[in-house]
Amino acid sequence: MSVLVYTESENGKFKKSAFEVASYAKSVADQLGTSAVAISFSADENNSLGAYGISKVLSVSNDQLNSFNAEAYAKAIAEAVEREGADVVVFSSSSNSKYTAPLLAAKLKAGYVPNVVESPSSTAPFTVKRTAFSNKGFAHTEISTAKKIVGVSNNSFGIIENSADITVEDFAPALSDGDFAVQSVEVDKVAGKVSIADAEIVVSGGRGLKGPENWGMVEELAEVLGAATACSKPVSDMGWRPHSEHVGQTGKPVASNLYIAIGISGAIQHLAGVSASKTKVVINNDPEAPFFKAADYGIVGDAFEVVPQLIEKLREFKAQNA
Amino acid sequence: MKILVCISNVPDTTSKINFTEGDTQFDTNGVQFVINPNDEFGLTRAMWFKEKQGATVHIATVGDASVEPTMRKALAIGADEGIRINAVPTDGFFVAEQLAHVIKEGAYDLIIAGRESIDYNGGMVPGILAGLLGMNFVNTCIGLEVEGDTATALREIDGGKEKVTAQLPLVIGGQKGLVEESDLKIPNMRGIMMARKKALNVVEPIGATTATADKKFEKPEPKGAVKLTESVDELVELLHTEAKVI
Ligand SMILES: Cc1cc2nc3c(=O)[nH]c(=O)nc-3n(C[C@H](O)[C@H](O)[C@H](O)COP(=O)(O)OP(=O)(O)OC[C@H]3O[C@@H](n4cnc5c(N)ncnc54)[C@H](O)[C@@H]3O)c2cc1C
Ligand SMILES: Nc1ncnc2c1ncn2[C@@H]1O[C@H](COP(=O)(O)O)[C@@H](O)[C@H]1O
Repeated sequence: MSVLVYTESENGKFKKSAFEVASYAKSVADQLGTSAVAISFSADENNSLGAYGISKVLSVSNDQLNSFNAEAYAKAIAEAVEREGADVVVFSSSSNSKYTAPLLAAKLKAGYVPNVVESPSSTAPFTVKRTAFSNKGFAHTEISTAKKIVGVSNNSFGIIENSADITVEDFAPALSDGDFAVQSVEVDKVAGKVSIADAEIVVSGGRGLKGPENWGMVEELAEVLGAATACSKPVSDMGWRPHSEHVGQTGKPVASNLYIAIGISGAIQHLAGVSASKTKVVINNDPEAPFFKAADYGIVGDAFEVVPQLIEKLREFKAQNA
Repeated sequence: MKILVCISNVPDTTSKINFTEGDTQFDTNGVQFVINPNDEFGLTRAMWFKEKQGATVHIATVGDASVEPTMRKALAIGADEGIRINAVPTDGFFVAEQLAHVIKEGAYDLIIAGRESIDYNGGMVPGILAGLLGMNFVNTCIGLEVEGDTATALREIDGGKEKVTAQLPLVIGGQKGLVEESDLKIPNMRGIMMARKKALNVVEPIGATTATADKKFEKPEPKGAVKLTESVDELVELLHTEAKVI
């Protein structure tokens, strides 16, 4: 028995979410009285996982697997499950995790529960709390299969230091050409920009900003904060911003530590997708905007005055606290 | 090309969510049900394949008779015929096994499902389905072309896009982007009349695995009142010392 966790990396470096899922796996392993084992693909500093309670890493370094391929990764993880006799497999909520986990579920005949926000409330029966109904509710879900897969909601469990002695083993899963039947042709990624999924802070603009030409200040604010930029649905529908920035119930979910909404009214579909964020700040010139009811902090004011002031203040703050 | 669009029947996005029976059931009282938005994008893309490439488009839903109005709407949008698998969808694994059975019998080339249903947000049916069928799978699909037996798909990844190719048969998990918002079709009178005559075949479920069960639901804690401030200085101070997020 053991708990296996897929720790994601990019260009050899573990993502922040890898440390969170590692912490989660350790917590589940403690509950089950077993150890937490990680599987990584082309990661450089496997030893760093020891700080979060991982006692063994199966390190895959196969050129074919340098770039993500869901089917091949699922197959490799399934082999690792077998080898380690793992009963529980832990994923994050990244798009790659959400792509791979269901494929693994089919291979292992395992129940899979995504968007989990806490460590299991019970291990027999195995019960976890997850968000459902686009953050309008939570479900306590029981997994009844022998193998269990859990997807942890980003920023929900946190990173917990828990030092363990760690060993790193090379792991060469058996793969065939058929596992690469979905072939990547081209990846188009903006370099040096944080994605909404990975960001701790997200700065988002709505129709109140009047037009795409006014996004300069949104990007500047994001830059000062090291944040990702996002937008409401009409803003992406009108082509002011790319579709990939659309957040909400029918767009990307946001679960950041800080979400700043500028000129967004706070429609139910918007709130549903962003309410998992810990702290929400609203800047809107209408004191009756529904978003204020869902916010932690707010400024009633004209975005075109408030945002430039905020940028300036944050620059000062960063300079003092650097 | 024979296409199956998997349609999930979900509460309208404006629905207030409540629970009954000691918080063990979702309260459907007063809730309007609609085609899952991600499936609506997929269905509209399927209509494009029908119009431009002569594809036939079937829809399938696992559900009891209450899902039929939503299925009729999909038929009114233009799908040729529907299959209702007569079972209450207990969980993603169960739904995937039911759909896999229908798909094997129907010999479909392309299965269009949604990235996730907006009700239980499982995001698992298309992937499990592909796994069970041994078909290729592309998730978070925002663009799809098919030429002969080869599909070229665009998918959204964290922080960008990826272009992939795969042979049919293929399962996709689609979402907004597959077609433009403005191309979404609202059924017209003629479509609604025609839909009444289209076949909606009811098939009985096969024995299948239920892997997970929602035992209890709860609503989020009510939120404390917002702290309003007039000055950005105070806001930055609060974010730093109180919220501790900067
Ligand atoms: C099926 C469905 C799914 C949907 N899914 C989503 C979704 O996923 N995400 C989403 O965002 N929406 C979604 N919507 C749309 C949603 O209902 C709202 O229409 C949308 O969120 C409104 O966007 P907005 O707040 O940018 O614009 P508006 O509602 O027009 O709000 C603009 C706000 O800006 C404020 N404002 C104006 N000028 C200024 C100024 N100078 N300074 C400061 N504030 C100013 C106004 O007071 C107002 O509150 C969905 C709708 C449907 C029907
Ligand atoms: N009961 C169902 N009947 C048919 N298709 C479904 C059903 N539930 C889910 N799906 C399909 O699977 C997708 C993802 O759903 P889910 O895994 O429930 O988030 C949906 O967008 C549908 O395409």
